[in-house]
Amino acid sequence: MKKPENWSGLTWQEKRDKRFEWWGAARGVKFVSKEARAKHDASVDRTIKAIKLEIPDRVPVHIPAGTFPAYYAGYDLKTIMYDVEKMREAWLKFARDFDTDGMAGAGTSSGGFMDALGTRTMKWPGHGLPDDATLVQFVEEEYMKADEYDAFLDNPTDYYIRYFLPRTHEAFAPLAKLSSLSSYMGIAGQLVMAAGDPDFKKMVRALVKANEANVKWGKVSAECTRVCREMGFPAGGGGMALAPFDTIADMFRGTRGSVMDMYRQPEKLLEACDRIMPLSLDAAIKGADMGDSPFVFIPMHKGDDMFMSDKQFEKFYWPSYKRLLLGLIDEGLVPSPIVDGTYNRRLEYIKDLPRTGVFWVFEKTDMALAKKVLGGHTCIGGNVTGSLICKGTPEDVRKYCRWLIDTCAPGGGYVLSMGVSVDKADPANFQAMIETAKTYGQYH
Amino acid sequence: MPESYVNLLADLKEDEVLKLTKKRIDSGEDPMKILEDSRKGMEIVGKRFADGEYFLPELVFSGELLKQVTAMVKPHMSGKATQVKKAGKVVIGTVAGDIHDIGLNIVDFMLDVNGFDVTNLGVDVPADKFVKAMKDTKAPVLGLSGFLTPAFDAMKETVEALEKAGIRKNVKIMIGGGQMDDEVRKYAKADAFGKDAMAAVSLAKKWIGVN
Repeated sequence: MKKPENWSGLTWQEKRDKRFEWWGAARGVKFVSKEARAKHDASVDRTIKAIKLEIPDRVPVHIPAGTFPAYYAGYDLKTIMYDVEKMREAWLKFARDFDTDGMAGAGTSSGGFMDALGTRTMKWPGHGLPDDATLVQFVEEEYMKADEYDAFLDNPTDYYIRYFLPRTHEAFAPLAKLSSLSSYMGIAGQLVMAAGDPDFKKMVRALVKANEANVKWGKVSAECTRVCREMGFPAGGGGMALAPFDTIADMFRGTRGSVMDMYRQPEKLLEACDRIMPLSLDAAIKGADMGDSPFVFIPMHKGDDMFMSDKQFEKFYWPSYKRLLLGLIDEGLVPSPIVDGTYNRRLEYIKDLPRTGVFWVFEKTDMALAKKVLGGHTCIGGNVTGSLICKGTPEDVRKYCRWLIDTCAPGGGYVLSMGVSVDKADPANFQAMIETAKTYGQYH
Repeated sequence: MPESYVNLLADLKEDEVLKLTKKRIDSGEDPMKILEDSRKGMEIVGKRFADGEYFLPELVFSGELLKQVTAMVKPHMSGKATQVKKAGKVVIGTVAGDIHDIGLNIVDFMLDVNGFDVTNLGVDVPADKFVKAMKDTKAPVLGLSGFLTPAFDAMKETVEALEKAGIRKNVKIMIGGGQMDDEVRKYAKADAFGKDAMAAVSLAKKWIGVN
């Protein structure tokens, strides 16, 4: 988005209104019809009202697509990871047939891109998973060793380039040969030397290949986004972030490693969280600024009720994460954490943020309790579970969505949605969810 | 000393536990006695977890402590050391197509410290491998772990494979992990859904008839 000159002098609410305005204006979008424009405007309006705890015409409904569009179109995950034309067909078919208030990008990555990089952090169909696997899965490892905190803290970028990338992607392995990039002295010389190294030459060839796959995939992805917007879907989120603790526990140290650190080197762990926070904040703001939507998605994993005690949450998870959320709010963005597991014991903590500042999407949290604690303070969504959508009947879905609407919608501040995405499901279950929002979710 | 050793372990005091373990070994104490105390300490950890005092980090860290103690004690054990009496056999594994093992390994650990003889088949386990393990071990309890939606069908297929092999009626099946819930339990025709590792212990105890 284009920010006005006086941006830094605005309050967060004013900044957010500017962002909402930009989002709703849909500049440059050539809507296919008047109806498409009207649908767009209505979706934007009801979502903004839900966030601001005002009363919209009805409860907005969002569906995370996951890999469902692949199967809905009669393909499988592997096919659409490697065939952009089929990905386009699947994505657009999903968008045409499921009339929701938010655009859901197809939940796939480019297979060619990951092949070329030799990505080790993921397993996907044909790479560690059988050809008929329906989801890409994350491989948790101690990509950062217990004794490497100082190297990380000293210079996160140097650490990322010379340690993290070579361990997580086969193609980047030669980067481990570089000596420290912390001093600007000698970097030019090092890179010139590297140019003559056969391993580096191989790396460059792999990157060129990854780039080709990515460009091909990105072109179709961008085109799908454009077509969806012309059909009347509001722009999807451009920004993404992780809670600093999750960055470490998911990406760097793994669950086991981060737990060891909680006991053996808690100060280093906390210092790393503090070091990561501004970097994540900056990246999320830049990502959001490049797009048109004010939403910043934050998948959340290891701070839930089961993963740690209240005390551990207070010490390790919440402080740096809270600052991240406040930083996003302050930029007029709407952080949208998607909380895996349950957050029943965390509700009082997350209430300690500006009113209407965040849009929380829960997976298994007790929604009656969430409404009780956060009602009149913060917009909530989610709780339609993966098991219900995958294995329930349309009647089960209708019944549960009605209960959610009865429980969470009164007074505004609720979006009917899910905290997880799915692979194969009866399309009628998603339709039941949409239909329930449109009919039963009417406020007037 | 044993009592404070048990408590130090239960309180996860790593340095003290390791120092005291070394002291006990050096004084020539029966290694089996040290291991027995460790098991008691772990039992308290499990109880504190069930009571909501401990969480996942404590379970993972206590597992690490036990591993260290065992490694220190083992070289001092005579070959004919008596096997601790096991409460019963349990087979566990993450179902086909799913590679998640954090929950699985915690369940393994908690069952083990509660006296069960655990066969952990690891991740991405095909249905026929579960069938074979149930036949080989004759375990009365099977624990199926899964994290993501593909596990719903994989669990159902595993249960059906046991039916087809004619051994379903001899086996109690519990499921757990990530997106699993009682709906999935019904769909997969398993016997119980457990929300955490201690639920797995309680179910196994109930089914095998251990107090």
